[in-house]
Amino acid sequence: MRLATRRRLGALAVLAPPLGWALLFMIVPYAIMFAYSFYRKQAFAFVPDLNLDSYVALLLDPQYSQVLLRTLKIALLVSISALVLAYPLAYFLVFKVKSARLRLFLYMAVIVPLWVSYLLRAYTWKTILGNEGVLNSFLVWTGILSEPSSLFIYNQFSMVLTLTYIFIPFMVMPIYTALEKIPRSLIEASGDLGVPPALTFLRVTLPLSVPGILAGATFTFCLTFGDFVAPFLVGGPDGTLVANTIQSQFGIAFNWPLGAALSIVMLAIVIFILSVSDRFERAGRLDLA
Amino acid sequence: MAAELALPAASPLAAPRRRRRRLDKAGIALGLFVALVLLFLYLPVVVLIIFSFNDNIVTTLPLRGFTFGWYEKLFANSDMMVAIGNSFYVATFATLLTLLIGVPAAFALDRAEFPGKAVFRRIVVLPLALPGIITGISMLNMFRVLGFNLSLETVILGHATALMAIVLTQVYARLQRFNRRLEEASNDLGARPWQTFLFVTLPNIRSAIIGSALLAFTLSFDEIPVTFFLTGRDNTLPMYIYSTLRRGITPEINAIGTIIIVASLALILLSARLLREEEAR
Repeated sequence: MRLATRRRLGALAVLAPPLGWALLFMIVPYAIMFAYSFYRKQAFAFVPDLNLDSYVALLLDPQYSQVLLRTLKIALLVSISALVLAYPLAYFLVFKVKSARLRLFLYMAVIVPLWVSYLLRAYTWKTILGNEGVLNSFLVWTGILSEPSSLFIYNQFSMVLTLTYIFIPFMVMPIYTALEKIPRSLIEASGDLGVPPALTFLRVTLPLSVPGILAGATFTFCLTFGDFVAPFLVGGPDGTLVANTIQSQFGIAFNWPLGAALSIVMLAIVIFILSVSDRFERAGRLDLA
Repeated sequence: MAAELALPAASPLAAPRRRRRRLDKAGIALGLFVALVLLFLYLPVVVLIIFSFNDNIVTTLPLRGFTFGWYEKLFANSDMMVAIGNSFYVATFATLLTLLIGVPAAFALDRAEFPGKAVFRRIVVLPLALPGIITGISMLNMFRVLGFNLSLETVILGHATALMAIVLTQVYARLQRFNRRLEEASNDLGARPWQTFLFVTLPNIRSAIIGSALLAFTLSFDEIPVTFFLTGRDNTLPMYIYSTLRRGITPEINAIGTIIIVASLALILLSARLLREEEAR
């Protein structure tokens, strides 16, 4: 009896801090943010006079739908270009590199930048692409351009490039894991049956790696969707993303209810994408069984 | 991180000669492409490092000459030194908090059954995929409603919330692979629960804890989205850099960038080694 009570107390001691933390710093803040989105802005304060003004503004003012669409587009472009670069890389590592040590080394080489300052990785593209940057000065120096071009930076291209650069490791990791899990015997069987390698890839390897692609694309998409640093550094005037708009609502524009409403929209989109991808991934796994 | 150790065997079946040569050609093309992607990944880092030693206020080619000047300027910049100190303070305590909360959370998910466990699991790992700005803004809203003043301490709470999932997932993964019979054996041999924990369980998850703590520390040190909304008057290092970038770029940032990159590389290699060591057991 005493032992059981002590056990239960012990379990409670282990459970209480994380549960309390999740409640206090995640659930309560989300709830408050949700509540804030219904507040009314009044001169220099926000009053709990619950209304739908912020959401109506988001729906009616084309500025917000434009920024949302632009963000969706950029996030999609980044996911696609990261996939195009990451898939061959992961494939090469898993199927073409024969030495285990070399494979591990290359894998680490791809993953390590993920943990090296995100700000610096975005910033360095600004120094490369800028009007007085490395690329321009190189092209002028070698005589390819007669004067610096302003085409490299402050547009959607530079933003997609920078974000792709930042998120490639997120794409490589899950694809690598998915490819590695594919039983070699399946690929060999396909080859033994006389199927050409390209077709084997399309009919066997690629479909079996879909869960990895999905996981990588989900990560890349969601993280791009909420980024405000890359647009700030290399985005330019037509490169504002949703997160920049949110940021300004909590800063210069000083309209917290609107910013909270926009954050709720972002949260909803991200959670929607996460759960859709989760469902697809599960469906893919069932297919295999 | 589990992926990197399962090593596939080379195909034992030799393909016919002709096809093999063609495959090799495709393999070479693929290899070239991969080399280009790796170049793409590392060229910017190299550029950053090279220009931190270049004797020119703008980052242009051709290079002008070698200098340590930007590093000297850097160490003479008291604002930046204060920011670095703040970052150490924040990262240290945020990491401690992620451990204090994340490790019990991993045990709870691994061993305890409680109502709402599925919801809890989903919520605590949310910050891994959720943009940091949402964590930052939701906590900002709460601190305002509760009447808290923003400070480095609120930043610490924010970082701990955002980074807890890293410790949790790593330690949880290790606990899942841990053989519970070892604990039973220890109990049967008369060890008290705390002795079992200290001498059996802990050594088995120790490197997962240390490795993920190092990761959390590095990420906290570099964090912007959460910090941006939760900091008061004090700046952390990335926030300081971010605000100077408003005014334009200076090679000083290349210099501090080089130092950060070298330091994070050292930490990451250390943590990867620790995480791997355990898996090799």
